[in-house]
Amino acid sequence: MTNKQKRELAGIIIGTALFVAALIAAHLIHGVSVWLIIPMFAISYLVLGLPVLIEAAYGLIGRRFMDENFLMSIASIGAICVGELHEAILVMLLYRIGELFQSIAVGKSRASIAELMDMRPDSAVLETDAGEVQVDPEQVRVGDILIVRAGDRIPLDGVVIEGTSSLNTAALTGESIPRDVFVGDEVSAGCINLNGTLRIRAEKEYADSTVSRMLELIEGAAANKSKSEDFITKFARWYTPSVVALVVLLAIIPPLAFGQDWFTWIYRALTFLVISCPCALVISVPLTFFGGIGGAGRKGILIKGSNYMETLAKCDTVVFDKTGTLTKGSFTVTKIIPANESVTEKKVLMYAAACERYSTHPLASCIRHAYGDDRLLEASDFEELAGLGVSANVDGVKVYAGNAVLMQRIGAACTEIDAAGTLIHVSIAEEYLGCIVISDELKSGAHEAVNRLHNELSIKTVMLTGDRHSIAESTAKELGIGQVHAELLPGDKVDCIEKLIDEERSGYKIAFVGDGINDAPVLTRADIGIAMGGLSSDAAIEAADAVIMDDRIEKVPLAIRIAKRTVNIAWQNIVFALAVKLIVLVLGALGYAEMWMALIADVGVCLVAILNAMRAMSITKAN
Amino acid sequence: MKKTFKMNELDCANCAAKMEEQIRKLDGVNSVNISFMTQRITIDANDSNFDEIVSKANAICKRIHRHTEIVLN
Repeated sequence: MTNKQKRELAGIIIGTALFVAALIAAHLIHGVSVWLIIPMFAISYLVLGLPVLIEAAYGLIGRRFMDENFLMSIASIGAICVGELHEAILVMLLYRIGELFQSIAVGKSRASIAELMDMRPDSAVLETDAGEVQVDPEQVRVGDILIVRAGDRIPLDGVVIEGTSSLNTAALTGESIPRDVFVGDEVSAGCINLNGTLRIRAEKEYADSTVSRMLELIEGAAANKSKSEDFITKFARWYTPSVVALVVLLAIIPPLAFGQDWFTWIYRALTFLVISCPCALVISVPLTFFGGIGGAGRKGILIKGSNYMETLAKCDTVVFDKTGTLTKGSFTVTKIIPANESVTEKKVLMYAAACERYSTHPLASCIRHAYGDDRLLEASDFEELAGLGVSANVDGVKVYAGNAVLMQRIGAACTEIDAAGTLIHVSIAEEYLGCIVISDELKSGAHEAVNRLHNELSIKTVMLTGDRHSIAESTAKELGIGQVHAELLPGDKVDCIEKLIDEERSGYKIAFVGDGINDAPVLTRADIGIAMGGLSSDAAIEAADAVIMDDRIEKVPLAIRIAKRTVNIAWQNIVFALAVKLIVLVLGALGYAEMWMALIADVGVCLVAILNAMRAMSITKAN
Repeated sequence: MKKTFKMNELDCANCAAKMEEQIRKLDGVNSVNISFMTQRITIDANDSNFDEIVSKANAICKRIHRHTEIVLN
């Protein structure tokens, strides 16, 4: 508790003690003089109510008649006027307790959100001629050399120039497995150096570094308000004046028009006054979204605004780009098909690797990589056969590696193979050995991502790619993606998305997931653009509405899940708060709810709503 | 010019909404956003009288909730 809250609490305790003492004197002890009891009540009223009355007076000076303190003061003074002294004191007491609870709850949620975003580096150790100097990260210029010791946070984006270490990137990516870095590697601000000492050359100023951009986006995310927030703001604007108008009507009409008792109806009207603050709504909805955005941020998912959170929750179709998003975007040997059972996979690869030993073709390096570190066979007389492949003398025999045309030309009997990817046939002289399939490998989380979207979230998937039909079809089939559009030029992808948006059922949205480098126009055009790998690309952060900081595709369903849950909690709060207020209004008008009950209901709603909103921050359940 | 300031004692969410609404109506203000959770106000306004606008915004905040103020560096 802050000092202010402690003072507040002390005031409440003293006031309550006096109130209880006065009640005991009045009701339990016989013969206490009225001249003693009345001042006791009066003092307890002043102790509890004076701060509120003072604020109300300021409100009056500022001509703010809808001020909470002012309305509460009217309610309690009104209660005194109709002879309900106890009630008047209770209103002040409960109002003060409610405000205190609220202030504590807000403080707590502010602290936990701050903790969530605790990735800001406090200082940087600069290497200068005069030795090491500790400076503010904002003072570091591009090109400066920084020392980062074990346990320290990397203050700016830069390149490692000396040392090796493991980094904890959890603050940025939500990934708990440490990342190893070596000389020449790029490192991002906000990561924690786990063991060795690193010398880093700053590549970006602090304001442009990953961590400050991320924090700026999360903090600024509140500016992109969601529809439910807009609804609440508009609602709040007319809620208080309407309730006040009702109060006046309720106090005047029944006694005037129907000759009812003035006191009864004024009292009932005052009951309305104590629930005239739209607090619960105004506070809890933005808090929910803020918590959701903060919680997602902790998982390495950056959502740039509450409105995007809302859109994401409405997605029923996710469109993936293929290369670099579902697949790694780098080629590897995915399959080896020997010609017959007497040939081993190893043998095919061994001859191919030897043959491709000195080739600079990208596919050649894939084959060598697949072969690994084993000793290569002796080879000589290398020859590049343009458009066909390569040949070489390996262990005294002539080996060919290349496409089907090459095999035909040398008279090797190569079989037709239906496989997605590039095929490298291998033969020793005209004896066909088999074939190596090289293709773009699926990311490890691709299966999980698609399965979760289909099974847990009932979301349709679509794949767009510039690749050949056959390759696209086979990737889609392997993942179980329903719809494929292949051989698209970059411009076609935008048309494709537009067509999908046109066909979309109303009320539902389309998300596009791309790597953010080539897909900027599509990311912008989709209802919501999700970019992968924000850690390495500024363009992604710019173009997308949501960014997955690392390359983990399986975070797409997680992001949608978090969004759905957050929006859900926001609506729970809206419905709950409105329902309770409505019930209290009805009961109050009918004379069933006393003033203190109404106030407890109001304060209670507010606290429950805040606590509920805080749930949006914890993502474990959504995981 | 667009600048973000810290705010002190921004205790009531409804007040924050009112402040935002009134500051937005000031002449020369392009956009304003008050983040209740982080207690920060971001004002985007004309360069020529930016300081004047900020002090007007501060006055609005104080009028709505007398303990609230914008921290001017």
